Amino acid sequence: MTDLGATARQASATARLEWLLVGLGVAGLLAAPFFLYPIFLMKIMCFALFACAFNLLLGYTGLLSFGHAAFFGGAAYFCAHAVKDWGWTPEAGILLGTVGAALLGLVMGFFAIRRQGIYFAMITLALAQMFFFFCVQAPFTRGEDGIQGVPRGHLFGLVDLSQPLNIYYTVAAIFLIGLFAIWRIVNSPFGMILRSIRENENRAVSLGYSVANYKLAAFVMSAALAGLAGATKAIVFQFATLTDVTWQMSGEVILMTLLGGIGTMIGPAVGATLVVTLQNTLATSGFPVTIATGLIFMICVLLFRRGIVGEIYAKLPGIKK
Amino acid sequence: MTAAAAVTAAPEKTDAEARVVLSARGLRKEFAGFVAVGGVDLDVRHGKIHALIGPNGAGKTTVFNLLTKFLPPTGGRIELLGQDITRTPPAKVARMGLVRSFQISAIFPHLSVLDNVRVALQRPNGLATQFWRPAGALDALTPHALELLETVGLAEARHRQAGDLSYGRKRVLEIATTLALDPKVLLLDEPMAGMGHEDVAVVAGIIRSLAADRAILMVEHNLDVVSELCDWITVLQAGKILAAGDYATVSTDERVRVAYMGTEDE
Repeated sequence: MTDLGATARQASATARLEWLLVGLGVAGLLAAPFFLYPIFLMKIMCFALFACAFNLLLGYTGLLSFGHAAFFGGAAYFCAHAVKDWGWTPEAGILLGTVGAALLGLVMGFFAIRRQGIYFAMITLALAQMFFFFCVQAPFTRGEDGIQGVPRGHLFGLVDLSQPLNIYYTVAAIFLIGLFAIWRIVNSPFGMILRSIRENENRAVSLGYSVANYKLAAFVMSAALAGLAGATKAIVFQFATLTDVTWQMSGEVILMTLLGGIGTMIGPAVGATLVVTLQNTLATSGFPVTIATGLIFMICVLLFRRGIVGEIYAKLPGIKK
Repeated sequence: MTAAAAVTAAPEKTDAEARVVLSARGLRKEFAGFVAVGGVDLDVRHGKIHALIGPNGAGKTTVFNLLTKFLPPTGGRIELLGQDITRTPPAKVARMGLVRSFQISAIFPHLSVLDNVRVALQRPNGLATQFWRPAGALDALTPHALELLETVGLAEARHRQAGDLSYGRKRVLEIATTLALDPKVLLLDEPMAGMGHEDVAVVAGIIRSLAADRAILMVEHNLDVVSELCDWITVLQAGKILAAGDYATVSTDERVRVAYMGTEDE
């Protein structure tokens, strides 16, 4: 029998280390706008939250959705439309985007959840493409132009979001709340059932769990959080365009998640940071971005299949995943 | 592990009065014209251990899948505790008290032994859907889970990853997990397949003690185990019932000897 006391001590040391890292991360986030370009940081946070929301489904439920752009981009449209054309406050617009994405997720999930593996991925892709064409045609999205010049407005009617630091800390708060929500869902009684479904679906059924309902709930939560990220992005960049609902965007979030490490808490955020940084750096160099990300992805798949954070976890024994 | 393994021979006389808890009438399953199960009648009684035996491909596992609703039957009728479950989804059937194990050990390999059992306890204790509560809420289930692990002798291994257990202990963990649901009817698909000699005795002891207040239907190839453990035996061949009765009746049946035990004739 292994020494349980030592295991417990190691676990509590690991927990302390984790809290220390979380503290450092938050402090870094608060200090970052004084050293780096805030818009760039906010872009990273939006995509990081998007990837983490996607990972809730892929990493913790075992469902590969190829249609998450619909929630990210859809929420951006809903939010931009409400804020610009209806004059809603930014927080109400973001809330609408999140709820809209959740409803969209409910409909898409309802049809997709009955299939598994590649069929599930294909159905989500097909439904997301339908939504893409809806966005091309619907008058409120203004087609190819997108919704431009969305006012940032005042948060709760008080905080002027046109000030760089104000918007930055608002986005940082949304980002942290979103991450906390994902962490809480994963480490909850419900999250435990999701993990058991991912591990052995038939066994979960034989224990009396209506697996489809749990998967659908996870799908809706993931969609809502992806929507939160997309709606926030619309406020930050003051526009919503077709780019965010294309299938390429669905593919990009898969890339970010795999790169960082599926099924790890911060892996997708790391992957998102890497991809966004790369895109920003290469955008000015004239080197084709897609080739660079493709190469990195190939290297990642060949050398560290667990993703960057996944490999680090694998090297450190005793760390909680 | 005390393991009432000193296997006592001669099970008590089959009591025709024992209540039928699971019954099938005219159960059929066709796969694209191939008749896998062709009209099977089955009565599983409370407090009894019922064996389903037969050569490979006889349709034993298909019958299991039909009874637990993992496969929809093509025809026939299934009743559980007096209720028609012919069209009931599998998770619902499990909630009604009919719980199965699988031929391949069905555990959650990357969860700890303790968590494997706690997952099973979550739903009956109303702790399955709360996505806003910390996982620490599940600590309330730990005493009960440990009790269950104790009954199968796995309490000491509670912190190990389930996937790291030996094959025999995985099967035992699966039984402990199943017991968490306190099933009225337990369906065990080859519970001793691939087990070493001592493990077989341990599991036989566990199964016997479980049968005290529930019904058990098991698929088993080991005829020694069947003869010692089971009160009633149904022999399947090519999707049909060849013979049924206690071990003495079945083992002397001429058709059974030819079809199944021919080579083991002594």
